[in-house]
Amino acid sequence: MPDTSTEVALATTTLGSAAASIDFTSISSAYTDLRLVVVATSTQALNAGIRFNSNTGTNYSGTGLVGNGSSASSSRYTSQTYLKLDNFDAGLDTTPVMYTIDIFNYAGSTFKTALVTLSGDTNGSGYVNRSVNLWRQTTAISSVSFYAASTGNLATGTTATLYGIL
Amino acid sequence: MAVTKLSNSGIKTGILKYDSFLAGNTAYDPAATWLIQRVTATGGETSLSFTNIPQTYTSLQIRGISRRNTVGSFYNALQFNSDTGANYVVHWLYGTGSSALATGYTSYNYIFANRSSSSTDAANIFGSVIFDIHDYNSTTRNKTVRFFGGYDANGAGQIFNGSGLWLNTNAITSVTVYFQGDALAAGSTFALYGFKGA
Repeated sequence: MPDTSTEVALATTTLGSAAASIDFTSISSAYTDLRLVVVATSTQALNAGIRFNSNTGTNYSGTGLVGNGSSASSSRYTSQTYLKLDNFDAGLDTTPVMYTIDIFNYAGSTFKTALVTLSGDTNGSGYVNRSVNLWRQTTAISSVSFYAASTGNLATGTTATLYGIL
Repeated sequence: MAVTKLSNSGIKTGILKYDSFLAGNTAYDPAATWLIQRVTATGGETSLSFTNIPQTYTSLQIRGISRRNTVGSFYNALQFNSDTGANYVVHWLYGTGSSALATGYTSYNYIFANRSSSSTDAANIFGSVIFDIHDYNSTTRNKTVRFFGGYDANGAGQIFNGSGLWLNTNAITSVTVYFQGDALAAGSTFALYGFKGA
């Protein structure tokens, strides 16, 4: 019988039709960290975001580093209403973009930190993005929403998997 | 009643015989990722160590959160096998929130990686980092490390991507997460994972 892996796929969602968000709810608190892996496209150019526990307060901030094929830059956002996955680049469109979001100590009582990678290339343009993000809440994370933070929807075929890491 | 005589007359013939006790059982299929050890600071530690690391994995990963218990951000750093010699090299690509920068250091006494938060920052803000250590059990090659980490404090913070090198061909049997001689805040936690396969 296989041993239990310490990285467990908790849930996977693949959109069968365009939707505003992919939501993971009732997340077990049995793990140390969470990892969300998303490969996404959108129905039009838009910015993607993350919200924890449906929290819409101005509790999100981040510091990022991005390369666009010709230069590198760094910037930050403060006191926003969602974790800005695309603050540092052009955002989502019809070419697939891969995100990984590592959420540390998600069930703990400290503020929550998330390391984000974004990889998007369109054969002539593209971005590589790395950021550290903060959610200034001490409550345990029990739901994660990956969503279209500006006008438009996530496109059919967008896939997201949430992993728990013991 | 005592057994006074043994006979094979009741044993059925035609029974399959195997040379291995594993025959007929589900094959052993070890999981891909293993938690080897987790260490948590109670406050004031200047280093946290993982020792007696099994040599049965392909690569190691360290994931952690940290915060300094005094003023001023600090660097997380790694040392292997308690080697304090000038045998480490590091290169960074990092962002300050306003500038993207790259730099490197040679002949260091540790692989110093990401900055983390401190008592300068609001309570409950911890930095985070992931170290990947590939080919850690090789006895013929130097050891390469990849790291990704940083902290954000809603108006301050830094993000780091980097590579490190330990100029030593010994297999890694212990890792010390070092904090440049400074002390950790309670709740800082690091976990060591082993990865099977490629």
